[in-house]
Amino acid sequence: MNPIDPIDRATFAELRDTTGSDFVRELVDAFLAEAPAMLDELRDALAKDDADRFRRAAHSLKSNSHTFGAMSLGALARELELGGLPVAQAQGTQALVPVAAEYARAAAALTMLRDE
Amino acid sequence: MSSTARLLVADDNKVNRLLLSRNLELLGHAVATAENGRIALDMLGRERFDLLLLDMEMPEMDGFAVLAAMKQDPALREVPVIVTSSLEGIAHVVRCIELGAEDYLNKPVNPVLLRARIGASLEKKRLRDRQRELLRQFATPEVALDLERSGFALGGRRVRASVMFVDIRDFTPLAEAQGAEETIDLLNNYYALMFDAIASHGGIVTLMLGDGLMAVFGAPLELPGHETAAVDAALEMTDLVELFNAQREAEGKAPIRIGIGIASGEMIAGYAGTKARATYTCIGDTVNLAARIEQHTKVAQRTLLIDAVTRAALGERADVESLGPTSFKGVSTPLEVFAVGG
Repeated sequence: MNPIDPIDRATFAELRDTTGSDFVRELVDAFLAEAPAMLDELRDALAKDDADRFRRAAHSLKSNSHTFGAMSLGALARELELGGLPVAQAQGTQALVPVAAEYARAAAALTMLRDE
Repeated sequence: MSSTARLLVADDNKVNRLLLSRNLELLGHAVATAENGRIALDMLGRERFDLLLLDMEMPEMDGFAVLAAMKQDPALREVPVIVTSSLEGIAHVVRCIELGAEDYLNKPVNPVLLRARIGASLEKKRLRDRQRELLRQFATPEVALDLERSGFALGGRRVRASVMFVDIRDFTPLAEAQGAEETIDLLNNYYALMFDAIASHGGIVTLMLGDGLMAVFGAPLELPGHETAAVDAALEMTDLVELFNAQREAEGKAPIRIGIGIASGEMIAGYAGTKARATYTCIGDTVNLAARIEQHTKVAQRTLLIDAVTRAALGERADVESLGPTSFKGVSTPLEVFAVGG
């Protein structure tokens, strides 16, 4: 978990090979535009005690992370999805700090990779 | 996959929608997208799609609800669904398949796997569509529906129904007096009229033999009041033959005359034949009696004759007349028959 590179290069390269560079740029942009809303959704669902929304947001984040090869981010999102609201609530205010930090790393890496 | 299909992608996540659409377009398909289950169902109701790729976790209406709704809707039941999900656990997969999904692909979807599954799914649908089309051509809609619903099995079940036999009087000399093409043309027009009258009263034609046909009212689908339905159909048939004759007369052609026999009661209905070639039919004493009664129309010089069971179900009617006990070949005691109409 949490290797130096937040993006698995082989997964990302395969995505680019099968769908094309222009498309991958568009896809990365869509993810960078949508992911912050997913993190907000997690925070909001946690604050409002909404288990369904929490699980759904974690699920989306997990699914998208795996698409780009953001394996660490995907693993963190998966823990949130499977643990659900109770586990996150038990961790208190720190519950979403790791996923937000890992997203920041993944986003930075993807921003560079998108223009490679 | 050689030909283009119209596919619908339902996923609430934009990255997933974009990626799936891209992969499908690269396979040569036309793709539309929906952001949740509700929108997907609306689109399926409005437009024709060959296949739905369905995400499970969606707001407003999730994939399970979409599958359940599609299963209830005869028009949508036929659209194949491939579930694309990253829900974990075999229980979800099982539930999707039970709800009618054709296949299940884990996200992120592997493009090679996607291509194979979509190809297989569309091919299966094409085969099913072709079978259904053929079935509808060679079987009545009722039999086709019965076959689609309960599958094909040789063997029958006991039903209460009315059987009708119809025959064109002196057809052989008529056929010999005119050309082959004209004879087929006459039969086709005649059949079109008879089928229409029978179907509009809930009957199905189970047998065509030369100029004769057999129809059943009350099987494979139950039909309350099947006796009255059969008699009403017969009266409409005689009216239609009169109209048909007026047209033939205007063309300088000889009129045709028909005889109709109806009997009601218990019979065995089902698919008979071999596994390779079978037909939906009814057998039993009631069926034999209807055939004998139809033959008797020639002797009695009446167009429409019915048995006592059919008569009893009609209730009070001014247009029914008893012809008294009549002896039939193969029936030990004389049976009362009734003439309906002129």
